[in-house]
Amino acid sequence: METTEYILKVKDIHKSYGNVEVLKGVSFNVKKGETKCFIGPSGTGKSTLLRCINQLTVPDQGQIWLHDEEVTHAGPRINYFRQRIGMVFQNFYLFDHLTAVRNVEIALIKVLRMNPKEAREKAMYELNQVGMADWADHYPAELSGGQAQRVSIARALAMDPDVILFDEPTSALDPELTREVIEVMRNLASLGMTMLVVTHEMGFACSAANEILFMENGRVIEQGSPSDLLNNPQFERCKAFIGQYHGFHE
Amino acid sequence: MSTESIILDWLPYLSEGIAVTLGLVACSLGIGLIMGLPMALGQIYGSRPVQIIVGTYVWFFRGLPVLVLLFLFYFGIFPGIGLGGIPAFIVGGTVLGLRGAAYQSQIFRGAIQSISEGQMTAARSLGMSRFTAIKSIILPQAMRIALPGWSNEYPEMLTESSVCYAIGVAELLTRSSQIVSQTYITLPIYIVCALIFILLNYIGMKGLTILEKKLKIPGFGGGGEGAL
Ligand SMILES: Nc1ncnc2c1ncn2[C@@H]1O[C@H](COP(=O)(O)OP(=O)(O)OP(=O)(O)O)[C@@H](O)[C@H]1O
Ligand SMILES: [Mg+2]
Repeated sequence: METTEYILKVKDIHKSYGNVEVLKGVSFNVKKGETKCFIGPSGTGKSTLLRCINQLTVPDQGQIWLHDEEVTHAGPRINYFRQRIGMVFQNFYLFDHLTAVRNVEIALIKVLRMNPKEAREKAMYELNQVGMADWADHYPAELSGGQAQRVSIARALAMDPDVILFDEPTSALDPELTREVIEVMRNLASLGMTMLVVTHEMGFACSAANEILFMENGRVIEQGSPSDLLNNPQFERCKAFIGQYHGFHE
Repeated sequence: MSTESIILDWLPYLSEGIAVTLGLVACSLGIGLIMGLPMALGQIYGSRPVQIIVGTYVWFFRGLPVLVLLFLFYFGIFPGIGLGGIPAFIVGGTVLGLRGAAYQSQIFRGAIQSISEGQMTAARSLGMSRFTAIKSIILPQAMRIALPGWSNEYPEMLTESSVCYAIGVAELLTRSSQIVSQTYITLPIYIVCALIFILLNYIGMKGLTILEKKLKIPGFGGGGEGAL
């Protein structure tokens, strides 16, 4: 059965703001356990694409399928799909009035209707996974950026999602803090989490991604495996971009 | 009889006015909270007609002097709906409450709008409904931010409650002036009246400060340093 092979299908997504078409038909399929990295210049529509996948932004055209269910046009059932599609934001967006552990457990209680004791255990387990168990009782304002981002990853993980979307998870962080977050993500990838990652971290993309998609002007214009990126002329534009962005990179 | 002993004789009568004054304050803060919060939510998240209704309400109750509102309700609206004989206290409490709701809704509105978009985005991305997100994420934060501003309504309402003198509610000022006309002791009586107001103000603000401290969370205003 060809269709069940993919857990997420993105088909011909278009989105305009006013007269500007930000996404001009993006399609790709994601297998279970796969990590895909999206790179590309600012304003290319990477964030918009991720937000279309969980319908935080409603695309003008095109379809998203999770397993064999359509996410687009889901109506109120979108809340169900969002439980299944986790998201991690550049600026963390932790709930400022809740401690780390409350941040992780609140959706378990309010959305999944888990009982508080079970939710607490699950939340502590996830915090432990990202190395933040010792900080469970701290408020977001008391955490470093790297710590906050790890808590927000735990928050997404706690829902046991089918896939997690990462929108530049390390762009707001110093190199030092970037490393600790990348470490957590690398670990997740190796544990078989399905991830879509918008990032400028080429080190992560080359080592953890199954596929790299280079976007420009609302389209995926180059895509392939990390080794293609290194060895293959198909990634010409992408390489030029990386060169500009990082200076030279291996 | 000395002035002191006359005042002491009247003190019980005057003190009963404390309960009345606090009753008026409770009406204005209580009705203000119960009506003001839904009004703020309606103004932000509601449909266009809801927004217009709330906006008009706020405009009306903030646009008229309290005294004018009191007279309108006491001589016009209450008798007009067949409640002419109702105690002045009820009229006073209602007017202060309705007016309080108009002011407080704007305090809550400002607080809710000050919560960054990302909080709602994150909540929705976890599968929370809009309703759950507002209830569990937005409001707990907004109420903490609103608390200092809301606390300022207390001295405001406490002092404002004395306008109910004009329709004869037996609160502190009304009673003081009654005592003055009975005893012909003027200034000392009003000084006692003033002292009681100051005391009530002090105690209330102390209580609210304690509440703010209790609810204080790192990174939020409302407990002293860095109040928003
Ligand atoms: N809500 C919105 N309203 C109007 N325009 C928007 C909105 N969101 C994004 N845009 C515009 O759409 C374009 C694509 O934005 P998007 O954030 O998806 O780009 P990006 O690839 O994520 O860029 P960056 O690397 O800077 O994050 C930009 O020109 C942006 O200004
Ligand atoms: Mg972006």
